[in-house]
Parts: sequence; C-alpha cells; structure tokens
Amino acid sequence: MNIFTILISTIFVNNYVFAQFLGICPFLGVSNKTETATGMGIAVTFVVTLSSVITYVVHHQILARFGLEYLQTIVFILVIASLVQLVEMFLKKSSPGLYSALGVYLPLITTNCIVLGVAILNIDKEYNIIQTIFNALGASIGFAIALLLMAGIREKFEFSNIPKPLQGFPISLITAGLMSIAFLGFSGLV
Amino acid sequence: MKLSKVFFNGLIKENTIFVQVIGMCALLAVTTSAINGLAMGIAVIAVTVGSNLVISILRKVIPDKIRIPAFIVVIATFVTVVEMFMKAYTPDLYKALGIFIPLIVVNCMILGRAEAFASKNGVIPSIVDGLGMGLGYTLAAVLLGIIRELIGAGSIFGFQIFGAGFEPALIFIMPPGAFIILGILMGLFNHLRRKQEKAGEKEEVLDEYIYNID
Repeated sequence: MNIFTILISTIFVNNYVFAQFLGICPFLGVSNKTETATGMGIAVTFVVTLSSVITYVVHHQILARFGLEYLQTIVFILVIASLVQLVEMFLKKSSPGLYSALGVYLPLITTNCIVLGVAILNIDKEYNIIQTIFNALGASIGFAIALLLMAGIREKFEFSNIPKPLQGFPISLITAGLMSIAFLGFSGLV
Repeated sequence: MKLSKVFFNGLIKENTIFVQVIGMCALLAVTTSAINGLAMGIAVIAVTVGSNLVISILRKVIPDKIRIPAFIVVIATFVTVVEMFMKAYTPDLYKALGIFIPLIVVNCMILGRAEAFASKNGVIPSIVDGLGMGLGYTLAAVLLGIIRELIGAGSIFGFQIFGAGFEPALIFIMPPGAFIILGILMGLFNHLRRKQEKAGEKEEVLDEYIYNID
C-alpha cells in the first residue's frame, strides 16, 4: 500500500474514532471546547507517532528476534507509559510553553486506546517503518479531526433545548452516530 | 461494608458503562452480536477479578510511588493469559474480537478498580468488587449486542427471531448503530434513575452526576 492511500484511508475511510472505535473515552471526555480539543489533538499526534516508531523497533529488534512475541501487550504498554512520562519530563525542562499547553493531556494519553491500538495494528498489518509512520500520522490526524468536529458541535449544544435525560453523554453519543454515518460516505474512496 | 453491597454497587449503582461512562471503545466495537458481547464481558470479568485479587494481595508490598505501572503490569499479564486462552480454545471468538482483547489493558475501568478498590481492601471484597464491576460491564455489552443483532440481523445469539419477510437494518451492525443505540440506552437509564431519585431523596447524587458529565 502506498503512503497516500494509507493517509486517506486512516483519516477518512477507516477513521479510527468513527469506524474502528479507538480513542472513544477522550473523544467524549475532552470534546467540550475547541481549545482543549486542539491541545489534545496535538498531544495525541505527538505521542502516537513517537510510540509507533519505538514499538516498531522494539518489536522487530527485540521481541521478534528472541521469539518473545507473546509478551507484546505487556511490553508495548510499558513502553507507552514510560514514553509518556519521558515526554512530559522533557517538555517540562525544554519548553515550558508547550508543556503548559499540553501538560494536562499527557498523563491521560497512556490509557488512550488509540496509542496501543495503532502500535498493535502496525505490527498486525506488517507495515514497514515508513508505512508505520504514516499510519500513525493518519490515525492521529483523523482522531484530531473527529475531536475538533465534535467540540464544534458540542459548543452549540449549550444553546439548544435537549430533553433532560439525554443531556451530556447520551446526546453526544447519538451525535457521534450521525457523524459516523456521514463518514460512511467516504467508503469506496480507497 | 457488606459483600452484597459491594457486589450490587458494581453491578448497578456504579455501572461502568451507564453511570461512569468508561471503557467504551471495546464495548462499542465488539457488540455487533450478542455472543461477541458476552465473550468480551467474560474476558473482562476474568481480567478484573484476577487483577483485583493479585493487587489486593500485593497491596502492602507495592510502593506507593510506582503503584500505577505495577498495576498495569499485573493487568497486562492477565490480559495476555486471557488472550492465549481464547486463541487456543475459542479461535473464532478470538478472531471476532481481534485487537480489542489486548486493548482490555487500557480499559480504564480495570485500572480504576485497582486504584480505587483493590489497593485499599482485602482479598475477598476485592474479588467480589471485580465480579460486580465485570458483570455490570457484561450486562451492558450483552444488552447492546442483543439489540444491535436483533435490529441489524433479525436474530438473537444466532437464532432467527423474525420470519423471512424481515428486512434487517444493516446500519445497526455497522459503527453508527453502536453509537446511536448506546446513546438511547443511556438516555433511558438516566430517565429511570431520575424517576427513582425523584421518588427517593437523592437529589444531590443526581446533581453531582449531571455536574460530572457536564
């Protein structure tokens, strides 16, 4: 598969949020305002891309070499958790501005299933390193787009008259369903 | 605290899906049929009970500062065990659930129970808590699976319910259906809670809940 196909496919056709259900928790949790959605989107892009490259190297150079593939889940989650911690410490020292912008979201990312999900899918689909990088980029851009769209819609909720039991999460889920139908329109593009 | 109280706390009062709204990814993805929902639920019960058991045994040994990584390793170990078990004995289900089995590791509900309950309580209550929480999750998964399978394929657990004239609405098996059905179910659950709480006097719990979801 070439790089362009991977990008279009992961951003629109097989959007990780709307078609593959990865990263639903932050998608519902931090889509209240467009500013926080932007911050989260950037932080996720950063971590997903970096962790995909590192887990790729770890898998092929360490796990596959010594026949330890069954440890994949444990090793990957540890790599991701320590990577997030490291990025947090690094940003705190080197660029406090960026740290204060992303700081709140970084710890949340460890339990964001899109990070582990993309890392495992890269291995499952037998991508090479270039394809891995672009798959990670596409996944996180798709996530950021979904998050931003949702935040834009949710800001309008404040002015609309929603039945009491549906307020909060239920109406957000139904909205996500309608957005998912819209994204189905991209199928057949790749 | 009485054990039955711990159990029903997880099953209904603090239901992971309908009340706490965590651990949604796998739930939405695998509930295309009732049997898949049930399988996911059982896998989650096994991991929650196992990790709660081990963490409550080790709770005095694990240093406070590195408790989160330690919990994650315990959980990941149980997930790997479940994954290998399913691969060996139920290969079809393993294929159907796919990537969402390893992703049980990042189901925030399990880490949440380890942190909030198992690290502070004894062995027996922790097992019961894991069982209750896991069953609450299973309940939601099976319910969602049954509804989606019924509308989307006209069957429940593979048994055809409607006659040949029934035209299944495929959209409910596809991703949008998961979001919409869960949204409606959650709204219904909220409605029932509100009614119950109006009858009783638990207004502040509700207010807190609405405040939380806002």
